[in-house]
Parts: sequence; C-alpha cells; structure tokens
Amino acid sequence: MPEPFASWFPNVANYWNIFLQALSATFQMFFIAGIFTLLIGGTFGILLTTSKADGIRPNRILHFVLEVVTNIFRAVPFIILLIFLIPFTRLLVGTSIGVKGAVVPLIFGAVPFFTRQVETALADVDPGKIEAARAMGSSTCGIVFRIYLHEAVPDLIRVITITAISLIGLTTSAGAVGAGGIGSFAINYGQNLHYQDIVNLCVILLLIVVSLIQLIGNRLSKAAVNRGLFTNPKA
Amino acid sequence: MVQIEHLEKTYQLKHKELHAVNDVSLTIGDGEIYGIIGYSGAGKSTLVRCLNFLEIPDHGSITIGDFGKINAENGKLSLTKDGKTSPLSDKKLRELRSSIGMIFQHFNLLDRSTVFENIAYPLQYRGIPKADIEKRVDELLEMVGLSDKKYVYPSQLSGGQKQRVAIARALSNSPKILLSDEATSALDPDATESILRLLKELKAKLGITIILITHEMAVIKSIADKVAVMENGKVVEAGDVYEVFAHPSQPITKKFVQSSSSLGNITKLIENDEVTPVDAPDRKLIKLTFTRTSVGDALISQVSRQFNVDLNIVLANIDIITEDALGNIIVTIQGPAANVRDALEYIHSRGVETEVITNA
Repeated sequence: MPEPFASWFPNVANYWNIFLQALSATFQMFFIAGIFTLLIGGTFGILLTTSKADGIRPNRILHFVLEVVTNIFRAVPFIILLIFLIPFTRLLVGTSIGVKGAVVPLIFGAVPFFTRQVETALADVDPGKIEAARAMGSSTCGIVFRIYLHEAVPDLIRVITITAISLIGLTTSAGAVGAGGIGSFAINYGQNLHYQDIVNLCVILLLIVVSLIQLIGNRLSKAAVNRGLFTNPKA
Repeated sequence: MVQIEHLEKTYQLKHKELHAVNDVSLTIGDGEIYGIIGYSGAGKSTLVRCLNFLEIPDHGSITIGDFGKINAENGKLSLTKDGKTSPLSDKKLRELRSSIGMIFQHFNLLDRSTVFENIAYPLQYRGIPKADIEKRVDELLEMVGLSDKKYVYPSQLSGGQKQRVAIARALSNSPKILLSDEATSALDPDATESILRLLKELKAKLGITIILITHEMAVIKSIADKVAVMENGKVVEAGDVYEVFAHPSQPITKKFVQSSSSLGNITKLIENDEVTPVDAPDRKLIKLTFTRTSVGDALISQVSRQFNVDLNIVLANIDIITEDALGNIIVTIQGPAANVRDALEYIHSRGVETEVITNA
C-alpha cells in the first residue's frame, strides 16, 4: 500500500484483506443482482407496456398481475423486504447470508423499480412510430425489438444508470443483515470499532463509483440521441 | 381496385358512442389518386386506417385488388377469396398491411436509424439478401431524389426530405396502394408542392393507386382525380374532382370549394356591405361558372354589346383543377328587364352556368 494512503487511513491498512474481500463481495452482489434485474425488470417493463389496454397486444389479466406485483414490492421498504424474504431465500438458495443470500432480496428490491423505469422509458416512444411499424406489417415481437427498444435506447441507458446506482445503495443496506460487502465492512469495522477512517474510505469509494456510473451513463445516453450508438455514419 | 362497401366503425366513449365511419361505400379505381376531404373529426382518418386494418371495422367489407374481399362482422374479420371464406389470420393480415404503403403527417421515421436503415426496415428479416436490399434502397433513394442522404439521420433532414424518406420506405415493398394521412399538413408551401409533385410522378411511373386524406382543398385540387367529401362519418358527396368543384351540391362541399378560391371573398364583401345581393328583374348579382369548354370565350363584352346591358365585374377567379381550368366571375348585371332576361338566357346557351346570388 502506498505510504500516504496508509497514513490517511491507518485502520484500513490493518484490515486490508477484509476490505478487499468486502469490495469483491459488493461487486459480486451488484453484478449478479444487476444482470437478473436487467433481464427480469426489462421483460416486465416490456410486458406492462405491450399489455396495456391501448398497447400493441392488450391483455388485461397479465397487465393486472404485473401491476399488482410491481406495486406490492415497490411499497415495502427494502430493509423490511430483506427480513421478510429470509425464509424464501433459504428455500431458494439454501442460505440467507453472504452474497448468495443477498442476491435474492436484491433482485426483489430492484426489479419493481426497474420495471417502472423501463415502462416510463417505453411510454415516451412516439405512438406514430408504432403505428407506422404496424402499417408496415411488423409483428408484436418486431415492434418491441425494432421500435420500442431501438428508439428508447437513450432513455433506457438513463434508467439503467439510475437503477445501477440505486442497486449499489441496496447492496450496502443488505450488508446490515449479513450480506457482507462494503456496507457491512463500514458497519462492523468503521461504526462498531469506532474507526472513522474506515467509514470515510467507504464513503469516498462509493462516491467515486457512483459518479463514474453516472458519468458513463450520461455520456452514452447523450451519444445515442437521434443516432445509433457506437456507429460512425459514413456521410 | 379498392371497393369499400357499407363500412361501419363505432367507438364506445365514456358517455356516448362515436360513429366515426357511418355506412361508407366507395370504389377506387386502379391508378387513381383518390382524395378524401373533411374537417377534423369527420372520420376520414379512421376510414383510411380501416383500409389497412390498423383500425378494425365493425361491419362492412373491403375488396382489395387480388388479395380478396375482407369482411367485417362485429369486429371479426374474414377473407373471401375464390369463393371461399375463412377467418383472416394474423399472419395474413400482416401480409396485407405490408402490401399497402402508408405515409403520415409527422413522417414517423425512426430517429435512431439512418435514412438507409429507415427505408430498409420493411425489407429486413424477410430472408432478402443484404445486397438486394441495398440495391432496392438505392433505387428508392434515387426515385425520391435523396441519393446523397443515404447515411444521414432524420434529425438532419428538413420536413420535406423526411416525407420523401417516408415515401421511399412506404414504397419499398412495391405496393400497389399508397395511403397518405395528411402527408403535407405539417409542411411549408414549397415542400407541400414538391411532395405533391413527387406523388403525381410516382402515380405516373408506377401506376400506383394513392388514397389521400386531407383537410386542404388545395391538395385535392392539385393532384386528385376523384374526391369524396366526408362529414360526421358519412361520405356526403363523391366524384370527379373537376365536377365536384364546378358543381358542388352539399353545403360543406361548397364551403370547401370557396375556401380554396378567392371566390369565398364575396361572402365578406356582402357582410361588409360593399356588395348588395339583389334579384330584381332589372338588376341581379350573378355568379357565372365557366367550365372546360367555355373558359376561353370573350363572353362578357359580347353580352354587354349585344343585349345593351351593363356588366360590372365584382370578383373573378380561375382555378386549375387537375390541369383543367375552372373560371368563376361574379357580376352585377343591369339593364331593362327583358334585356337582362335575354342576356342570361344567351349566357346559359353558351355553356356557362349562372347562379343568382341572393344571400351568400
């Protein structure tokens, strides 16, 4: 460890390996839960949009079920959801602690949030484009992938950014009930042992990560407005 | 040919029913430009959307070229072809839609796709080789005069150029029918004219049938062959554009005709007391209508000399309707009662229609 770092954060140096483990646990929780959230929440968001009464494939029952489920899990504060889901998590993955045990409630916490965000992003797609696609004979699937998801890319990047940041928040909360990671490192070593430098380092670290995600998200979202992402028009 | 028979579409609103299309029957010939005009809410938009079944009609039938006759009964569609009737499948419906082109008021292009990708949209995912798609798109770009904009995004185009891209996209599947929903309503006059010229060219070159809806009589006047006037879900008047212009029979049609020529000003002149409508034996305010055959004549001075009456021109207007001239003159005619009567008879015998304006 570089010299100034050790003198600014003396106690972190003493728990360096535990700190690294915590860091790795947080990243694991973030990525595993993140991928599931992206897939499940994305699917739910799309289904909510298409099954609406004026959607491209109205389905009252599906829409109602998705609405209710999303609303219920959105209404419960995450820390309560964590405790509430313990039996279910045990049943599903065999444990309620550690990265494995944390991923399940994290998904339950983030999916409803992301679902709503995706729904809002897709609702902003001009209905005229949908109508044009229908007039050209596109199928429901074609409209979802070639119009909705394609045209909403800037908004989708934006809502993925927001969800990613809020998911980092959730992983640290999960640390309070045995999930490990940066959150529990800050509580167990910083708070309980009164090592303020440990708390400070955690804050600085989170600040940097969150700012980075926001920065990348903003850049990509902006780059995708009115043009393809990563494409370089020949003209 | 497109034949619409007894088409009905009703929307259930909260407290009432809206009869958007009410027993509409129309026959549209191959290669015609058929205009449907009406104020907003007249049902023209719904009618045109029933033609490619973006809106499913409640009752009635639509026969589309060699596709067959599609019958609607209580919102359920069936297809009659070669004497056999079967329910219309989703797949078949999409097939029908992709064989009819459609353009819109707000273009509805994909903002995140290049001009090339937009035009290629209907061709992709159909098993067409990439090289063929590229070739077809190049052809279409040339047809609409945008070859140099192939890799440009719509946000970099003007309104008229966007509509050209939309037209190219609508034509990519070589449809026989093109539906146009207020395609020029969001464009400035220059762009409107160039788009209308393009549509006319396409009709001549491809023999495509164009069904266009609009609220602007000027659009009908400049390119349509036939016109149907809609009001409250019904077609109140239909026929050859020139005939409808020369002899509008319904009040709403008269209003549309007036709105598109300076002749409408007579109403204002009368309201402002600058002209008084009179119908006395020796003095009348008269509208003369010169159609194809009589436009070139020097009738006014002739009549004045021959019958010894005074003709005072209040308003005159010449319209060019699908390349034919239609003239209107509003005059006051004054003189001895017998002369006035004879003069009017003579004018009439020369194929010019006369109409006494009593109260506009």
